[in-house]
Amino acid sequence: MATIAAIIASTHHPFYLRASTASGEDRPPFADEWVAKIEAFRETLTRARPDVLVMVGSDHFHQLWLDNMPQFLVGKAPVYDANYYNEEREFGLPRMRLDGDEDLSAHLLRGGIDAGFDLAFSNELRVDHSITCPIITLRPEADLPIVPVYTNIFAPPMPQPTRFVELGRAIRALVESWPSDKRVAIIGTGHLSLELGGPRQFGPHGPDPEFDRKAVAWIASSDLDAALAEVSLDSLWQPGNATHGFMDFMLMMGVAGKNVKADYADSLDLFHTMEAYFTWYPEGAS
Amino acid sequence: MSKYLVDKFLFTIDRDPDLVERYRADPRATVAWWEAEQANRILNCHEGEHSTWLAFTDAERAALAAHDYVALFELGAHNFLLLTLFIALFERDYAEPLAFQREFAARLSHWSLPYPDIST
Repeated sequence: MATIAAIIASTHHPFYLRASTASGEDRPPFADEWVAKIEAFRETLTRARPDVLVMVGSDHFHQLWLDNMPQFLVGKAPVYDANYYNEEREFGLPRMRLDGDEDLSAHLLRGGIDAGFDLAFSNELRVDHSITCPIITLRPEADLPIVPVYTNIFAPPMPQPTRFVELGRAIRALVESWPSDKRVAIIGTGHLSLELGGPRQFGPHGPDPEFDRKAVAWIASSDLDAALAEVSLDSLWQPGNATHGFMDFMLMMGVAGKNVKADYADSLDLFHTMEAYFTWYPEGAS
Repeated sequence: MSKYLVDKFLFTIDRDPDLVERYRADPRATVAWWEAEQANRILNCHEGEHSTWLAFTDAERAALAAHDYVALFELGAHNFLLLTLFIALFERDYAEPLAFQREFAARLSHWSLPYPDIST
């Protein structure tokens, strides 16, 4: 059976590439610290020696639209083109191309559906910055095949937070039951408190530093009881109007397992939003 | 109320560089053309298989034609689509990085929770 080499949960910040490659007057004052933190975080994946990456993220109204909106979708394709014109325009993200692992996609789809998740699938998926940001930060060579898993954290009605946790648990069990000798890293990205298109956007910190402080503590200890006691679809509007992306962190806490402490945890307080980085190494991963 | 159609306008303009420029240069005419020719297009269907019922309300049409993102926020336009397109339209007119984004926030500063419902 496959080995889970690492479980990684992270924010995805589309400005990282531009900030980290800027020089002279264009280089933001926080860029050096940010790059140092990302390089240390990247090492936590590199040392796990993964062969395949399951990538949990969310389409930002690129390929998925309100006329046909899946709640959870698994890509099953040999290749994923990546990034869109408006991401190139706003963030300077390059067009990318990632190989897929169709065998693992098929396994997650069959097993997920049989476990009670009526997963949508896509045989032609152009992924966006929720997948490519963590590739850029964690595996800039972009040389490993991926299985994209998209969640709806964007367009109400969304699934309940508990459903994200349950899907995370199911993904872990399915990867562990994949008949393969490969080493799989499960990587998911979301957000802490975040405001987009509202009065609290682009402030000196994230819109709700108190939520961020609590959220980082929940994730670092995978404290699902505390997170689920406080977080609901309604409550997530309070820290910021784009904070439902936190449910992808909750999915990753489901992958990591209840009350399993992260082996690596770091964060960085930036303008507009807080960055946060977590890695778990399951038993038997080394 | 046709929040879905407002979002569809923002979505289809934002993903097309020519339409972004057209909407920036002549918003009133672009909105009129789009409502007449594009509003009932089902994006994943053959041209002949379109919808027959989608139209803006007067308030939505006026807000789009005036580039009035405060009114669009108040009408329940999706916050992400609204921000992304309006950055594309107007960020270039500001000398300081993020100045437009901060002005956008300031012009909404009279709002506290709950914000207008974005559900479609």
